[in-house]
Amino acid sequence: MAEEVSCLKARLMEKEKEIVALKNKLALEKNSLIDLQEKVTTLPPLKLKAALSNEDIMRYSRQLILPEFGVQGQLNLSQTSVLVVGCGGLGCPLAQYLAAAGIGRVGLLDYDEVELSNLHRQVLHGEDSQGQAKAQSAAHAVRRLNSTVECIPYHLQLSPENALQLIQQYDIVADCSDNVPTRYLVNDACVLSGKPLVSASALRMEGQLTVYNYRGGPCYRCLYPKPPPPEMVTNCSDGGILGVVPGIMGCFQALEVLKIASGQGSSCGQQLLMFDAQDAKFRSIRLRSKQASCAVCGENPTVTHLVDYEKFCGSAATDKCRRLSLLSKDQRVTVQEYKSIVDNTAAHLLLDVRPLVEVDICHLPTSLNIPLSSLEDRKSEHIRVLKERIGRVKEQMSNESQVPVYVICKLGNDSQKAVQVLEKMSGSEVDFVTVKDICGGLMAWAQKIDPSFPQY
Amino acid sequence: MAAPIAIHLEFGGGAELLFGSVKEHHVTLPNQSEPWDMKQLLVWIRGNMLKERPELFVQGDTVRPGILVLINDADWELMGELEYELQDKDNVVFISTLHGG
Ligand SMILES: [Zn+2]
Repeated sequence: MAEEVSCLKARLMEKEKEIVALKNKLALEKNSLIDLQEKVTTLPPLKLKAALSNEDIMRYSRQLILPEFGVQGQLNLSQTSVLVVGCGGLGCPLAQYLAAAGIGRVGLLDYDEVELSNLHRQVLHGEDSQGQAKAQSAAHAVRRLNSTVECIPYHLQLSPENALQLIQQYDIVADCSDNVPTRYLVNDACVLSGKPLVSASALRMEGQLTVYNYRGGPCYRCLYPKPPPPEMVTNCSDGGILGVVPGIMGCFQALEVLKIASGQGSSCGQQLLMFDAQDAKFRSIRLRSKQASCAVCGENPTVTHLVDYEKFCGSAATDKCRRLSLLSKDQRVTVQEYKSIVDNTAAHLLLDVRPLVEVDICHLPTSLNIPLSSLEDRKSEHIRVLKERIGRVKEQMSNESQVPVYVICKLGNDSQKAVQVLEKMSGSEVDFVTVKDICGGLMAWAQKIDPSFPQY
Repeated sequence: MAAPIAIHLEFGGGAELLFGSVKEHHVTLPNQSEPWDMKQLLVWIRGNMLKERPELFVQGDTVRPGILVLINDADWELMGELEYELQDKDNVVFISTLHGG
């Protein structure tokens, strides 16, 4: 009996210990749920730090003994706040190194949520943070790394209405955004509030970095007074990007921010750093000085308050793909309509106009691949194949009507352009054809018709 | 009479896609009565290297917005832009600005 009692008591103690452990874990998790800001609020000033604690000294010892940095550099860092605009491929490594080095306060801004296709380059987010606000997910990772860094996640879109109020509260701004309107907005807000802007960008296998509005140097508008035509702007989901490329550029941004924050200063104020990952080459370019004619930082500025940047650039402040609408309704079919054409085994030609590298990822079994660029350039070997395939479909058809050609791509933009090209060719460069595009492309096919078809 | 000059052209940031995805080009500009300047180089590139859609590269007599021009590793604004007189062995880079992140 006594033995049983002591045995139960022992088990009870064990369970109690378990409860304490679980409670601690819960408290820790609650603690780590950082207040996500949905709008811009006024922050209290950073707490002044007169001296480093013993823990600080141990933690930062390896950078403290650098003569370029030293105790004063560390104290300067702890007094500096940095706004990171965009928690993606650039913002993740940037925020990570700023937090690790002991920056005083970091604002993490992103309107987006974590998706599986982000994880190859946005290295602060994990599989378990899919669907979470990127700002929240990044804040968690930063908090885990260094709990002494004050971290403020903003789940919002930077806009002409909120940008000044937000940027005025930070010492340094880092542009890690992914679209043209936001880059002009951030630049103008930095000029109007007198903040240095550490700006980087990356695409495919290349990266660029400049510090704008710094020590009398040029601003983004001094270099690019006019925005590029929207059709010439490629985003990461269209052009592709190797994750480590923004990783390297984000680390470079962190370096320049840390140099400014610690007091050493940046040498990228009138300089463009270009990185070519394919050839493993860095190149430093001497840039123009601040332009007297600049619309925002010049002698007679015309931009004296924030304007409508989406209108100015003719594109949306997002890197999500644009939806073109070039064709009339009768020139388009839905994926459901195309499915019934396939089911009825109606004679037709399916033309996939994506680049070969994307066709290698996935394609429909009967499609003929001719990239849009080859059609536009009238590549002779492709036109020959096209003629041949149209001829074969014609043979299968019992009546004399025109051969139906259905054009598909990833999302239904290039396919519309291809329809326009093919209509010009119809009856002259190739036999008469009736061309239609498949709305929404292969991604609509995957979502609505065949869930086993890969999405990318 | 100006002698023909050999220059090195580079395209980057996506601008190379307009030139058959080839980043580096060694070209020789033929001799002509006056010296070659950047304005004439753009006309020459348009006529000799850009087969399709030249408007994606040049607009009017200069490059389209969003392309930065570098002459011998310096912003062309520091070198006189369109009026810069090209020298033998000059290095001219046309770089499309990146916006992704
Ligand atoms: Zn300016």
